[in-house]
Amino acid sequence: MILALATPPIDWLALAAPLTLLAAGGANLLVAVLVPHGDRRVVAAWIAVLGFAGALVAAAVLFDRSPDGHGVIADAIQRDRLGALTSMIVAGSGILAIGTSYREPMSDDHIAEYYALLAWAGAGMAFLSTASTLLTLFLGLEWFSISLYILCAIDRELVGSLEAGLKYLIVGSFGAAMLLFGSALVYGATGQLELHRIAQAVEQQGLSHDALLVAGLALMIGGLGFKASAAPFHMWTPDVYEGAPTPVTAFMSAATKAVALVLMLRVLVTAFPQEARLWTVGVAVLACASLAVGNLAALVQRNLKRMLAYSSISHAGFMLIAISANNALGGRALLYYLIPYCAMSVGSFAVVAARERELNRPVDLDGLAGFGWERPLLGISMAAFMLGFAGFPLTGGFVGKFYVFSAAYDSGWTWLVIVGVAATAVSLYYYLGVIRAMFMRPSEELQLAPVAGGSPAPERALQTAVAAALVVTVGSFFAVQPLIDGARHAASALPF
Amino acid sequence: MDPGWLTTALILLPVAGALAVWILPLRPFAVGSTAMLVALAEVALWIDAAARFDFQQPGLQLAQRQSWFSDLHVSYHVGFYGFSIWLVGMTVVVLAAAIGYAVWVGRERPRAYYGLMLLLTGAIVGVFVAQDLLLFYVFWEAMLVPLYFLVGVWGGPGRLRATLLFVIYTMAGSLLMLASIIVLGLSQGTFDLVDSGTNGSDWIFLGFVAAFAVKAPIFPLHAWLPEAYRESSPEVAAVLSGVVSKVAAFGFLRIAIAKFPGPTSDFRTVILVLAACGLVYGSLLAFRAPDLRGVIAYSSLAQLGLITLGLFAVNDLGLNGAVLQMVNHGLISATLFLLAGAIERRAATGELGALGGMARGRPALATVLMTTGVIALAVPGSAAFAGEFAILAGVFRTGWGYAVVGAVAIVLAAMYMLRLISAVLHREPGPAVTEAALDLRAAELTVIVPLVALLLGLSAWPAAITERSFASAPTIPNKGSVIATTEAGQLQMLLKELAQKAGRK
Repeated sequence: MILALATPPIDWLALAAPLTLLAAGGANLLVAVLVPHGDRRVVAAWIAVLGFAGALVAAAVLFDRSPDGHGVIADAIQRDRLGALTSMIVAGSGILAIGTSYREPMSDDHIAEYYALLAWAGAGMAFLSTASTLLTLFLGLEWFSISLYILCAIDRELVGSLEAGLKYLIVGSFGAAMLLFGSALVYGATGQLELHRIAQAVEQQGLSHDALLVAGLALMIGGLGFKASAAPFHMWTPDVYEGAPTPVTAFMSAATKAVALVLMLRVLVTAFPQEARLWTVGVAVLACASLAVGNLAALVQRNLKRMLAYSSISHAGFMLIAISANNALGGRALLYYLIPYCAMSVGSFAVVAARERELNRPVDLDGLAGFGWERPLLGISMAAFMLGFAGFPLTGGFVGKFYVFSAAYDSGWTWLVIVGVAATAVSLYYYLGVIRAMFMRPSEELQLAPVAGGSPAPERALQTAVAAALVVTVGSFFAVQPLIDGARHAASALPF
Repeated sequence: MDPGWLTTALILLPVAGALAVWILPLRPFAVGSTAMLVALAEVALWIDAAARFDFQQPGLQLAQRQSWFSDLHVSYHVGFYGFSIWLVGMTVVVLAAAIGYAVWVGRERPRAYYGLMLLLTGAIVGVFVAQDLLLFYVFWEAMLVPLYFLVGVWGGPGRLRATLLFVIYTMAGSLLMLASIIVLGLSQGTFDLVDSGTNGSDWIFLGFVAAFAVKAPIFPLHAWLPEAYRESSPEVAAVLSGVVSKVAAFGFLRIAIAKFPGPTSDFRTVILVLAACGLVYGSLLAFRAPDLRGVIAYSSLAQLGLITLGLFAVNDLGLNGAVLQMVNHGLISATLFLLAGAIERRAATGELGALGGMARGRPALATVLMTTGVIALAVPGSAAFAGEFAILAGVFRTGWGYAVVGAVAIVLAAMYMLRLISAVLHREPGPAVTEAALDLRAAELTVIVPLVALLLGLSAWPAAITERSFASAPTIPNKGSVIATTEAGQLQMLLKELAQKAGRK
């Protein structure tokens, strides 16, 4: 007997971004076996860049052609501008991360697999950003997470890499389990998988005080909080960020956070509008916790990657403020914030990677002494990223914070604005500390051991990536209008 | 008719200059001269703007407006009022002098240095002309970044601590201001300073006041001041005390007083008392300070207290006097810091105890320092006298006690200025002063003499500013009645009132 499956019509454009990245990853697996050892690095990197660039273009086309969001492929995924914009952010971060990866001192043995996994992680994120049922949500989450678990542990010669991978695997699986359990409870309560049907079911059956539903909601927030590294689900972040190869950290810190936060926004707004009074408070509490933990812990870090990890926790807090605002302005604020944030995040880790390769050891604040004068492009860029993180004008970080605070005030959370402002004030200390180390302390004072054979030649790929990140960081300050229009179109896909 | 591009050009010219200095592969000497040329071109541009400005026509002039992000009604909106013309003029002149001084002295890493100085110029001009709250904040913060580098990289041995204090203090204030801006802008539905009306919220007002009070600084928020002024290079200290502190006073005038009539009158007493405290306390500390920079730094604290007194008198006399005194003090303080730099270069110390007897054989130094010092201590007939007199006359109408405190402080000012002059110029030559210490060189004179000349000019004609500041001005609610603005007229009014008071008793 032939099993006749009714296949739903497939909207290829809606799937184009993840499919392009999947193809790039597949091609890279072929590179791993077919291309001679010496050429693998360059070929694999180019294929990955082309994959991410293709995904960027595909997502841009999708953004242009999806003014009205609607479910496609049996409502498994949502074709809308929110997903498209998120995919564009992920693809952009991916390209920058590849520029950072290119000269990473990793053995050539698994270099093609490295780029394949990077492309697949991107594919999973692009897919996840369009997820509109609990199943595709979990599928996308695990898809990119598994790629990232391996990426964290891929450099077996790097001390701590394996440990980072294992830690991320265990803690990340716990987060994923929470999400799955939460999804199961929500499904149990409502009998629905599609996000918007969950909302309808809650509405029709009057489930808004249902214990199963509320517990499921809380678990889902927690599960996504793990991926966004929001406190108190952040414990893995500093260790994994520190241990993983720096380019992987760069990609994770930007793209994972972007996707997790956008998903949290999508799920909460689409599926749980009736529970808004609960989850806005919950998310606001997470935001405050993240701001407190991230900023206070970052104050005492000497290792730069750990400091940036805590900084990323605190930025999760800022972006959660936007989610907790639960209004269109908040959605816009989150999506706008992500653009400069991702650029600054990848850019700053790229600079750390460059310094690591110069010193051949982990970079701490002392290790940056004099760096700004030795490498003006990287130094100025790093200074711009730090100022952007701290929310200084002439960077998109300032406009992002301004929007986030405006959204919080607009929804009546004036105290959240105060918390955010206080957190920003604290954060100045460690962000400016990096600038101080780079520009205000001469390197002779600290007697940095020169690497044998002098400094390595400047890396063009990495410098291009850093310069591009700088352009986005500063450009997003001046070109607010087009970006915020894009963010508004994307956020209008959600039922605010 | 209204060439608003001039205002934008005043902001963009130094920024473009900074980018040129950073990007073009110039030689170290060429870098300094390029920066100097840009700074002079900026002065020329300002002269053009001032010439086109109609001081008797009310309202914003030379304005330009362009939407920046429309959903929250934030725009790039710049323009001049009467008083901002004078403050911008003072800014570009002091910055040009500071850059000129740096060119003469020579600074390490010239490209970074001059680029940052030019960027600072653009940012400060931006604060004075911004007519949108968010734009104001942007320039306000943009000002801090070059200052952070200028003090932190080119400063003295204690620069790291000084910059840390400076930045933490100012940012704590600024962020409160950001919160206030967000709340004010969203509640008004626009961030535009011209379109928006007044507001009665005490909390929003205090957010703004916090930022301005730290930056000015107002007693007791001045802990960052002595270290920042001592550790930075002389020309940066000149800019800090001469110009950057005026930005805060401008903020009081443009935002705190003009937009918050209710809270201004609620908190007026507190602010006036704090300003009076700062005035006396600063003067006393200046009298006790052991070094040149200390005297000038604390005198700056005192002068800002005086300016704040004038502003929060909220009447024509006080406001006119405050604006005049802002320009005066900007020029005086910059001149004194540059002179202090010149003296420190010769004696390798600024300790007053180690200096002395520098007048002998150094006529130029003696003349310039003496002239500036005498103007600074508000000798009758000097520009500072006109300013201080108008301020005291203005604040007298609010409460005679403030005027008495102010008058006492002017006596103290005479004491510390004369102490400084005699410690440097007179007495026996101190241990740090050798025969080899030369008189002011021609280059130094070229930088400093124009500042002194401007002060002498203002002394001759203070009404240039007092009569041309508030015809074109934002509406200042609750402002006291208009009275004569000439010195003779002020004196008459004052005497009449005194007579009335005496008569009532």
